[in-house]
Amino acid sequence: MFAASGEELVRICNDNHIPIWEYAIREEVIRSEASRSDVIENMRRTLHVMMDSSTYAQDQQVRSISGLIGGDAYKIKMYADKGITLTGDFLNRAMARAMSSSEVNAAMGRIVACPTAGSCGILPAVILSAGEKLKKAKDELLNALFTAAGVGIIIAKNATLAGAEGGCQAECGSAAAMASAAVVEMMGGTPEQALNAAAIVIKNILGLVCDPVAGLVEVPCAKRNVAGTVSALTTADLVMSGVSSKIPFDEVVGAMYKVGRQMPVELRETAQGGIAITPTALKFKKEIFKD
Amino acid sequence: MRDYSVFDIVGPIMIGPSSSHTAGAARLAKVAATIADGKIIKAEFLLHGSFAETYKGHGTDKALAAGILAMEPWDERLKDSFEVAAEEGIEIIFTPTDLGEVHPNTVKFILTKDDGSVANITGSSIGGGNILIFDIDGQEVSFTGKYPTLLAQYRDLPGVISKVSSVLYEENINIANMRVYRNGKGKTATMALEADSIITETVTEKIRSIKEMNSVQSINPIVEGVF
Repeated sequence: MFAASGEELVRICNDNHIPIWEYAIREEVIRSEASRSDVIENMRRTLHVMMDSSTYAQDQQVRSISGLIGGDAYKIKMYADKGITLTGDFLNRAMARAMSSSEVNAAMGRIVACPTAGSCGILPAVILSAGEKLKKAKDELLNALFTAAGVGIIIAKNATLAGAEGGCQAECGSAAAMASAAVVEMMGGTPEQALNAAAIVIKNILGLVCDPVAGLVEVPCAKRNVAGTVSALTTADLVMSGVSSKIPFDEVVGAMYKVGRQMPVELRETAQGGIAITPTALKFKKEIFKD
Repeated sequence: MRDYSVFDIVGPIMIGPSSSHTAGAARLAKVAATIADGKIIKAEFLLHGSFAETYKGHGTDKALAAGILAMEPWDERLKDSFEVAAEEGIEIIFTPTDLGEVHPNTVKFILTKDDGSVANITGSSIGGGNILIFDIDGQEVSFTGKYPTLLAQYRDLPGVISKVSSVLYEENINIANMRVYRNGKGKTATMALEADSIITETVTEKIRSIKEMNSVQSINPIVEGVF
């Protein structure tokens, strides 16, 4: 069975001198009784869906079913193309990718839930952007997805990945934590450093509520995918500079779970609190469900 | 502590917008329709908690209808499921309700078949597209549909379990988990048996022929990849 905690994960990786991604692949081979190449091919299929979803809405303006969001990935791409951005080409293209998958999702298109559909923009944007910048081959992108999955398994075992149980911190927070850990390994960081990145990301998003306008996975979800992407990428740099998390990953995950349990039901995906009940949000809701 | 596949976390590949409210709902409905075992002519969905509050916006309604039509969570026809249901003459009804102290994303299926019989199945979408079925016709059960599952209702008499395990042994199927539920000694019992390999229709038929059996269904896991 997969390691029960971050501490155990790091210990196993260190004892065997392997990165998290290698451990995740080995465990998957054992649990699924599939061959290593089948497991990797399955992830390759996943990567291809991610490549499509993170590109599609940059090239054409899509609209969500409700009409509430759409066309923003296209805008960010056009802006990045002009070369006049403040934070640079890299970050802007990553934001466009995150927005694209989120818009495709809201338009009832095909995406990879990673870990959830509401947070589907973060992992593809982070992995593909970092991979492009670092000139990584496709196999290394696949490894990064295994690292992300390994970290996500530990969060799932010890907390929750569902907004209805833990708020947005459990969805976008977990996605960004998984993605940041994956980039750290991609950059040559240790398993311990990868979990440091995951811990820092979660601490920075701790307490974020799930308050979707009109109950739809659109506002503020798509932009929170953009924010999670930026956090994952900048935190990878933070950790690679030598900064570590003062609070260990496992304790941060435990804290996130407790905070989620303490959240009232209004702030857990029910659209009864937070941004969802602002006057403008309620006006949107009325317009969308006018029947 | 639950064990997870890497593809539970980075996955599933699905139609948006919500893994719990769209993909999980489609998967739940597909498993419920399999349990109901017959031609469904009317499907009523009692929606609880977050499902009751937000089902329209998340396409939960379209996903539930799609599942009844045996569509997979990554099927791009999912958003047109109401039209498909209408074409097939299946009546679809959504009723927000309160099912008590259960998971926030819970639905009770009331499925009417063409022979007039009704199946009641309750389950939850527990996150990331994963599901849990916990009630079938008033009988408490617990299974996720992630393993090949055999569901049997039978008269609670000595030796029945042994007959079932003998068939599985003959077919070289290893039992991963097995739980037996019953309302009382000698009455109807329900068995939920999870296996390590696919339970074929031949095997299901052999178990069905055991004389104490009332109903037997096999539910094999949804495998991604056929788009």
